[in-house]
Amino acid sequence: MKPAVVRRVIKPALFVACLLPLLSILWRAFELGGSNLGANPVEQVQDTFGQWGLRLLVTTLAITPLRDWLNAPWLAMLRRMLGLFAFAYVSLHFLTWLVLDQGLHWPSILADIAKRPFITIGFLALLMLVPLAVTSTNAMMRRLGRRWKTLHRLIYPICVLAVWHYYWQVKADVREPLVYASLLGILLGWRVWKRSSRL
Amino acid sequence: MLIKRPRPGDSARIAPSEITAEDVYFNRRKLLKAALALGAVGSVATSTASERATLRYTRNERYSTDEDLTSFEDVTTYNNFYEFGSGKGDPAARSHRFKPEPWSVTISGHANVTGTFALEDLLKPHALEERIYRLRCVEAWSMVIPWIGIPLGTVLRRFEPTSKAKYVAFKTVHRPEEMPGQRGRVLPWPYVEGLRIDEAMHPLTLLAVGLYGKPLLNQNGAPLRLVVPWKYGFKSIKSIVEIRFTERQPPTSWHLAAPHEYGFYANVNPNVDHPRWSQARERRIGGGLFDSRRPTLMFNGYEKEVASLYAGMDLRRFY
Repeated sequence: MKPAVVRRVIKPALFVACLLPLLSILWRAFELGGSNLGANPVEQVQDTFGQWGLRLLVTTLAITPLRDWLNAPWLAMLRRMLGLFAFAYVSLHFLTWLVLDQGLHWPSILADIAKRPFITIGFLALLMLVPLAVTSTNAMMRRLGRRWKTLHRLIYPICVLAVWHYYWQVKADVREPLVYASLLGILLGWRVWKRSSRL
Repeated sequence: MLIKRPRPGDSARIAPSEITAEDVYFNRRKLLKAALALGAVGSVATSTASERATLRYTRNERYSTDEDLTSFEDVTTYNNFYEFGSGKGDPAARSHRFKPEPWSVTISGHANVTGTFALEDLLKPHALEERIYRLRCVEAWSMVIPWIGIPLGTVLRRFEPTSKAKYVAFKTVHRPEEMPGQRGRVLPWPYVEGLRIDEAMHPLTLLAVGLYGKPLLNQNGAPLRLVVPWKYGFKSIKSIVEIRFTERQPPTSWHLAAPHEYGFYANVNPNVDHPRWSQARERRIGGGLFDSRRPTLMFNGYEKEVASLYAGMDLRRFY
């Protein structure tokens, strides 16, 4: 794939695709076309944002292995956009919880972050995403040099925390979180295998 | 069906002559066919949809809240009924193959009268009442639902539980071919629940057959379910096929699945949190995107009626 095609066609298309979940939520929130957010709209919005945050995190993590398997170096050009959209959806997920679900009721919010392990680890994952988003610009990459790569390895623990957060949140049906856990296992396992086989 | 009111002076008890013998019950189709073949019956009256379309009942004001009702749409599309799947929309979307009739319930254990009874016979002697109850799910959301049913206690007394009947155990039907959620092992099937006998006999405890004036839909636990309004929703077991009087505390499904998270009592209690989330506040379904949570009330607002059942008990320990 030529870089120009990626820049002019694939990246704009990906940008629009990544906006679709947000647009679908807005569409349903305004009940356009007779649609709606169901009986529990707050839960619906929060779950949708959380799900897409997790999907995009895992997709970001899949870029490097896919690039190798498909021999498609251009895929790496999509990674920053995917990562930033993951951060955006995770932030929207958190803000939905803060504002719509908890109604900015600070005593409950602080108690939940401190006392509920699944919320604690979710919050921790969000905090760790912040420096990655802030340092995602070209200028920051140049400024940080070699340390940039080290810093961005935070994505591995972030993904583990995110899947764990999801696993801990469900009541009994853990099948979907286990799908994410398996994908994560493959993506991280491949990196370990690659590293050890290079030695 | 379901509409006969007891005549004044009727005892609550089933006369032995009213109980269909088990062998007759199980062979009822054969008997009907035989009768038809002989021309003895002009038309066969099975329970048809039109017959089920409306229920006759009277509102019980004493036990009804005057809060705004949750819409019929929300009550019938946002459900936890894992037998049909663990998503909230699964019960409405995946329960169309379930056949709630004919239905029978087995009464067993420590009681003088036991056996298997057609649902019609079980309900016949009783008048239906409507009760508008709050329903509080353990997931911290709530609804206000106009149920139609009979106080469980008046039904149970007909079977004359003995002094050994300390608890009542309930079982949901197990039909993986009609209930797709039962094909996965998300919970141990069949679903089981239980109450202490005094909880079961409490006038608030309802054996429901309908809501919003109509027979229960499959997703709401057709054709017969429990409603225990001061306990978290999972105690209100659906599609009941067996009621057993026991001497020991019976096992309950969610307690088996996660014992430190779901207790036998499961009384609504804003002061005792679920290990993974707070129970202090709840979201009322139907409030929309910008509705804030409201404080959860002790025993879901039924404290005056039921607190005495738990006098002296440590509700943190017996959660």
